[in-house]
Amino acid sequence: MSGFLASIGYGQWVLEAIMIVPLLGALIVMMGPSAQAKKIALGVALVEFVLSLGLWWAFDQGTALMQFEVYHEWIPAWGIAYHLGIDGISLFMVLLTTFMMPLTILGSWNYIKEREGPFYALMLVLTTGMLGVFVALDMFLFYVFWEIMLIPMYFIIGVWGGARRIYATIKFFVFTFFGSLLMLVAILVMYYVVGRETGEYSFSYRHLLNNTQYLGQWAFWLFGAFFLAFAIKVPMFPFHTWLPDAHVEAPTPGSVILAGILLKMGAYGFLRFAVPFFPHVALDPTVATIVVTLAVVGIIYGALVALVQPDFKKLIAYSSVSHLGFVMLGIWALTLQSIQGAIVIMINHGISTGALFFMAGMMYERRHTREIADFGGIARVVPAFAAVLTLVALSSIGLPGTNGFVGEFLVLIGSFSQYPVATAIATTGVIFAAMYILLALQRILFGKLDNPANKKMQDLSIRELFVLGPLVVCIVWIGLYPAPILRRVEVSAQALVTQVRGQLPVQAKAIPEEQQPLGKFGDDK
Amino acid sequence: MGMVVNLATPAGLFWGMLPEIVLTGWALALMLVAGWRHGGEEDQRFAGQLALAALVSTLFALWWLWAKDARPDGIALMIALDGFRYASSTIFLLGAIMTVMLSLGYVRRERIHTPEYYLLILFATIGMMVMSAAADLIVLFLGLEIMSICVYVLTGINRRSVFGAEAALKYFLLGAFASGFLIYGIALIYGATGTTNLTLIAVSITNLGLQSNGMLMAGIGLLIIGFAFKVGAVPFHMWTPDVYEGAPTPITAFMAAAVKAAAFAALMRIMVHSLGESIGTWQNAVWWLAVVTMLGGNLMALAQRRLKRMLAYSSIAHAGYLLTAVVSGTETGAAAYLFYAFAYTLVTLGAFGVLAVVGRNGERDVRIDDLAGLAAKRPWLAFAMAVFMLSLLGFPGTAGFMAKWYVLMSAIEADQWKLGIILVLASVVSAGYYLPVVMEMYMNQPITEEAHQESVAVGAGRWVIGATAALLLLIGFFPGRLMDVSRSSSDDLKPSAAFTLNAPTGPDAGMASR
Repeated sequence: MSGFLASIGYGQWVLEAIMIVPLLGALIVMMGPSAQAKKIALGVALVEFVLSLGLWWAFDQGTALMQFEVYHEWIPAWGIAYHLGIDGISLFMVLLTTFMMPLTILGSWNYIKEREGPFYALMLVLTTGMLGVFVALDMFLFYVFWEIMLIPMYFIIGVWGGARRIYATIKFFVFTFFGSLLMLVAILVMYYVVGRETGEYSFSYRHLLNNTQYLGQWAFWLFGAFFLAFAIKVPMFPFHTWLPDAHVEAPTPGSVILAGILLKMGAYGFLRFAVPFFPHVALDPTVATIVVTLAVVGIIYGALVALVQPDFKKLIAYSSVSHLGFVMLGIWALTLQSIQGAIVIMINHGISTGALFFMAGMMYERRHTREIADFGGIARVVPAFAAVLTLVALSSIGLPGTNGFVGEFLVLIGSFSQYPVATAIATTGVIFAAMYILLALQRILFGKLDNPANKKMQDLSIRELFVLGPLVVCIVWIGLYPAPILRRVEVSAQALVTQVRGQLPVQAKAIPEEQQPLGKFGDDK
Repeated sequence: MGMVVNLATPAGLFWGMLPEIVLTGWALALMLVAGWRHGGEEDQRFAGQLALAALVSTLFALWWLWAKDARPDGIALMIALDGFRYASSTIFLLGAIMTVMLSLGYVRRERIHTPEYYLLILFATIGMMVMSAAADLIVLFLGLEIMSICVYVLTGINRRSVFGAEAALKYFLLGAFASGFLIYGIALIYGATGTTNLTLIAVSITNLGLQSNGMLMAGIGLLIIGFAFKVGAVPFHMWTPDVYEGAPTPITAFMAAAVKAAAFAALMRIMVHSLGESIGTWQNAVWWLAVVTMLGGNLMALAQRRLKRMLAYSSIAHAGYLLTAVVSGTETGAAAYLFYAFAYTLVTLGAFGVLAVVGRNGERDVRIDDLAGLAAKRPWLAFAMAVFMLSLLGFPGTAGFMAKWYVLMSAIEADQWKLGIILVLASVVSAGYYLPVVMEMYMNQPITEEAHQESVAVGAGRWVIGATAALLLLIGFFPGRLMDVSRSSSDDLKPSAAFTLNAPTGPDAGMASR
C-alpha cells in the first residue's frame, strides 16, 4: 500500500487536496439544486475520507518530525506562511475528522429539512476549517482556522437549532471569541519578543518553539492566554457552561461535530502549543496542581451533573465534560502512556459520544422528545437500536473490550506515577460514569413499556445502520487491538515528553530545525 | 527617488498639487452646471455623473503623481509629497466615489433635487486631500475648514427632514467649537516652537529641548482635543450619534469613513512626523483617549436597537481602534492606519449602503429586528451585510481582521500590550451588537410575508455593496499587496535625520527659509 502511495506522490499533494476538496464541494453544493445537496455533500465527504485514508499507510511511524508538509508564502512581510504538516499527534485528529464527516452528513439526511444547500455547504466549509486547525504549522494560520470555523458552527446551531438557539449561539460564540482573542495578543507578543531576540520575525511554529527560552518572564502571562483559549474550548471546569446549552440547542449533526471534533481542538491546542511552548510554566508545581485539580473536578462534577439530567442530550453533554477531564489529566501527567492515553480518549470520545448523539437524535426524530422519562421498555420494540445503544453506552463507560477502556486505562496508569491522589479520585469518575449511563440505559431501554407512543417506534433503518455501523466497528476494533494506533502516536508523544521534560533543567532543541524560507520583518527597528 | 518637484516655483507647485487642482476645476465647472440646470431628477442625475467623472479623473491624476513617485526638492514647506499623502488621498477619493454612487439612487428616492449635494461632496473631498497633504499647520487648518463647512451643509441638505436640520445645527456648533480648540492649539505650538511647519516643529523641539515646555504641552493638548472632536472620540463624541442619525444615509457613510479618515490622516502626520520624537508629551493622553473611546463606543453601541444609531456608535468604537494606532507613534502605526482606514471605508460604505436599501420608510427608524428573515428573502443582500458585520467585528477571513491585526501589531511593537488587551476585550463586547444583526437576518423568520419585498439594491448602489463585500473578503485572504502599499507609503513619514540635523533652528527659522 505504501509503495503504491509513494508511486503516485501521495505525500506531496495529500494535504493540499484534503484542504481544498471540501471547499470545492461546498461551492458545487451551493450551485447545484437544493434537493441534490445532501447527495453531493456525502459524495464529497466520502472522497475526502478516501483521500485522507492513505495517511494511515503513508505515515512514517519512525519519526516525530512533521510529514506531508506544505509550504506557501502567504504574507512574507510579516513572516506568515501557509504551512501545514502532520505528526503523530495530529494524524488521528485529521482521520477522525474525515471519518466523522460522511457519517454526520448521512446522519442529517432526514433531520435537516429546510435550506439544505446552505447547510451542507457549511458542513463542508467546517471540514476544511477543522482540518486546518489540526494541520497548521504557522501561528497566524492556526489562529485564522481556529476562528473561522466558528462561523459555520455558529450558523449550524443558530439556523437549524432548537428553540433557545439564539441564546446558545451567542454564548458559544462570545465564550470562544473571548478566549481566542487573548490568545491572539499572546501570539503577537511572542512574535515580537522572539523576533527581537533572534532578529527573525516569523509566526512559524517551529521558529517560535525553538526559541521559547527567550520568553522569560513573559511565559507565565502568555501561557495564561493560551490556557484560557484552550480551556474554554475543551471545555474544562469551570469554563464549560457554554457546552450544555450549545449541545442541547444544536441539531444532531451539530452536536456530533461539536462533541466529536470541536472539543478535541482545545486538547490538541494544549498538546501542540500551550505545553511545548511554555514547559516551565506548564510543569510549575502550582500551575500543574491547579490544572490537575480542575481536571479531576471536571471528571467528578461532569459525572455527577450528568447523573441528574432528565434530558438525554444534556446528559451526554455533561459526560463530555467528564471525559475531557481525563484527557486533561493525561496531558498534564506528561508521561508517554498518559499522552498516548489522552490521544486515544480523544479519538474514542469522538466515536462514542458521536454515536450517542446520533442515537439521541434518532430518538428525537421518532418521538420528538429527548426526555429520558418519556421512554421506557423500548428494547422490545426496537431491538437493534437497543443493542447498538447498549454497546455504545458501555464503550462510553470504558468497559474492557471496548475502545473506552484502552484510553482511560492508559491515562490512569500513566498519571498514577505523577499524581497518585488525583488519579485515584479520577478513577472514581469511572464508577460515576457507570451510574449515569446504566441508569439512563435502564430507564430508556428496559422497564415497563407504559407509554403507548413508544409502542410504534421504528427500529433502525438501513441508512441509520450505515451511520452507526462504522462507529460500532471502530469501538470494537480499538477496544481489542489498539496497537496500530498506539504505534503511530508513540514517537511523537515520546518526543513531546522528552522535549518538555528535557527543557526543565537545561534548554535543549529537541525538534530539529529544518531549512525554512522565513520572512523578515523589514522596517522593524 | 522619482520625480523631484521644486515646490518654490509655480510650475512645481502646479505639479505638486495636480490632483487638488483637477478636482477644483471640476468642482467649479459643476458649480456652473448646477446654476444652469437645477430643475428635477434629470439634472440631479447629470450632476451626479459629472461628480463621478470628476472624482475618477482626480484619482488618476493622483495615481500619476504616485507612480512618478514625486518628491519635494528639499524640505516640504507647505505641501507634502510622499506616499502617505497619496495613499490616504486615494482612500478619501474612493470613499467619495462610492458615496456618490450610493447617492445616485438615494437622492432620487428621497427627492433631494439639489445638485449642490454633489458639489459639496467634491469640495469636502478637496478639503480632505489638502488635509492629508498639509506640511504646515495653517494649510492643515484650511483643509479641515473646507471639509468641515461642506459637511455641515451636507448634513442638513434634506430640508424636509427636521432631524437633518437639528443634526446640521448641532454639528455646526460643536464643530466650530472644536475648530476653536484646534486653532488655539496651533497658536500655542507656534508660540513655543516659532514655526507652524511640521518638520521644523520637530527640529525646534529637539534643538531647543522643548519636551517639557508648558506652552507646547498645552498646545498639543488643545490640538488633540480638537481632533478628538472631529473623529468623535469619547468624551468628545456627543454630537456623533445625532448627526450620523440625522444626516442622509450616504452622507453618514461619507462622514464615518472619509471625514474620519481625513482627520486621522492629519493627526497621524502631526503625531508621527512632528511629535514622534517627543512621544512622551502626548502618549498618555492619547492612550486614555483610545481606551475610553473603545470601551465607551462599544458599550453604548450595545444598548442600541436602531441600526443607524448602532452603526454611529460603532464608528466611535472604530475611532478608538484607530487611536490605538496613533498611540504607537511609529511608522508601523501610520501604516496600520492606512490599512485600517481603507478597510473601514469599504465596510462603512457597504453597511450604510445596505441600510439605505432596507430603509424604504426612513432609514432612521430601521430597527435591528426589522432585518428579521432578510436572508430568506434577499440572500445576497443578507450575505453582504453579514460580511460587513463580521468585518466590523474583525473576524478572520475579512479585511476587518487584517486591519485590526495590523493595529494590534503596531501597538504591541511599541510595547503597548495592555492597550492591545483592552482592544481585544472591546472587540469581544462588539460581538454583542454585530452578531445580533446576522442573527436577525439568518436565524429569525420575517415578521410579515411582505417584509423586504421592496428591499432591492438597484443601480450603482448595488455595485457598491457587491464590490465592497467582495473586496473585504479578498483582502481578508490576500492582504499582502495592500499591506505592502500601506507600509511603503508610510515608511518615510518620520522626518529624515538629515533635516533634523541640518535644518535651521530658532524662532525665525521657519520664516527665514521661506
